[in-house]
Amino acid sequence: MDNNISGEPNIKVVKNATCTFCGCVCDDMELTVDLDQKRITKAKNACVLGKAWFFEHSVDESRPLARIDGKEVSLDDAIEEAAQILVNARFPIIYGMSNSTSEAQRETVKMADLLSANIDSTSSVCHGPTGMGLQGVGEPTTTLGEVKNRADMIVYWGCNPSDCHPRLSTHFTVMPKGMYIPNGRKDRTVINVDVRATATSQLSDLFIQTKPGSDFELLWALRILTRGGRLNSTIEEQTGVTIAVIEDLANRLRSCNYGILFFGMGLSMTRGRHYNTSALHMLATDLNEHTHFVVKPARGHGNVTGADTVLSWQTGYPFGINFNRGYPRHEPGEFTTTDILTRGEADAACIIASDPIANFAKPAIDHLKKIPVISFDPKPTPTSEMARVAFTTSCYGINTPGTVYRMDDIPIPLRPAFESPFPSDQEILIPLIKRIRELKSVSSAAA
Amino acid sequence: MTETMLLVPMRTAKQGVALNAGKLKDAYIQETSTVEFKQEDMDRLGLKTGDRVRLRAGTQEVVVSCKPRKIKIQDTALGIIFMPYGPTTSKLMVDGDTAGTGMPDSKHLMVEIEGPLAQEESDGQ
Repeated sequence: MDNNISGEPNIKVVKNATCTFCGCVCDDMELTVDLDQKRITKAKNACVLGKAWFFEHSVDESRPLARIDGKEVSLDDAIEEAAQILVNARFPIIYGMSNSTSEAQRETVKMADLLSANIDSTSSVCHGPTGMGLQGVGEPTTTLGEVKNRADMIVYWGCNPSDCHPRLSTHFTVMPKGMYIPNGRKDRTVINVDVRATATSQLSDLFIQTKPGSDFELLWALRILTRGGRLNSTIEEQTGVTIAVIEDLANRLRSCNYGILFFGMGLSMTRGRHYNTSALHMLATDLNEHTHFVVKPARGHGNVTGADTVLSWQTGYPFGINFNRGYPRHEPGEFTTTDILTRGEADAACIIASDPIANFAKPAIDHLKKIPVISFDPKPTPTSEMARVAFTTSCYGINTPGTVYRMDDIPIPLRPAFESPFPSDQEILIPLIKRIRELKSVSSAAA
Repeated sequence: MTETMLLVPMRTAKQGVALNAGKLKDAYIQETSTVEFKQEDMDRLGLKTGDRVRLRAGTQEVVVSCKPRKIKIQDTALGIIFMPYGPTTSKLMVDGDTAGTGMPDSKHLMVEIEGPLAQEESDGQ
């Protein structure tokens, strides 16, 4: 019971709470919660993004629990409408899931299987090409704990954690003292490779600026040097980096004790995509002939790693999966959401905790606006506002317990701060799946 | 004045904070509708902080504010502009082709820049 009749502030402190805003999934938060106001008033240890995440997710009880075409309806009516849309669609797609618990993700896969639908996470427009790359060449992987305790060489390639994952450097990689890194920052070398100088470049010992779209060439040049070859002078024109700088970088990478290559959308969203990420993984493999080197993508959403993990253990594939033959098939480019929408194939969409209207390519958005959309989101977004059926959900990690996966594939439990009057994704999915099953059995019997 | 430049959509901490407050609120809309130039490019194009410019890609165009990048170390990226991801950059992502990967070329958008726009021209958007 959260009701307070004493007149005293009804305050609770939650220790070791987990922030689910970004892929760092920091689990050392100390939250002070005003249970009467249903809001978090202090978030000790949180970064600027974490503070915004905790402070801005109070409960707005004036929001309808569910809407159809913008009009408030009961949860049951919304579930019925969503079930009818999905069962009657010829090519339903399910997308999102990266801001939800792994328990809800598991239910979503069940729903996709039942509907013979297409299922895809936000990975396909994030580190999907990374998954494609590592499937081909393997992944020299690690955990953030190992990085904290051992890494004396941190490379940030095509990523800017200072803006996107502020505690990656301060809590896990650059600043902390570790078992074999007794002096913390002083014992580590930090290198940033990017097309622009960022706040991450400023905390680095060395910033190497590349021409846009030349990452593959620079990575391959480093592979050549790591394997004892020599560079052609054309590499300078191709990458904008001098041979002397490339040779110096290769020497630094070879001569460290334990190195890690963190990378981001600068590789996966640019020309080359999975070839870039493959090259990065192969460079790490090559460097293991000289020293110990590992790779880790800097993941964005709080449980995008969980989406990859759950989809992989349930279907065998991490994203871009289609069940329309009764078994899962994976084909990036064919079963990835941007492509399906751009080709105008889908005739219904269920969007779980995601906002494709705000970040997809325009042709994909144009098609999404033509078909019935079902949206699950704790906040109003461009997607929830245009959805045929919109569910207001509780916020995972703040209101909803469960499990999320950190960017290094470590599962982390959630310790919610306060209860929400809104249901979780999972609490809507379970009755929705039940109703879909009923409708499917009626249509099978009629056939 | 019109010139073609490379637009690289990116993330900022300010954008991350604003999206938590709400994607339909002014802070998010403003942050995702402001394009960053290198100061030398702004000077060459005759742009001042807060000026409105039109960005055009294919048949799509948007009008956004401009500001100089805050760079504290050497950066040679002339002719490249940056803007936080959001509905505005999506509108300029006119090609849904993913080269068989699922991922559009989201960080490599060639755009034509026109500006500074007169007040009435900017208000018309």
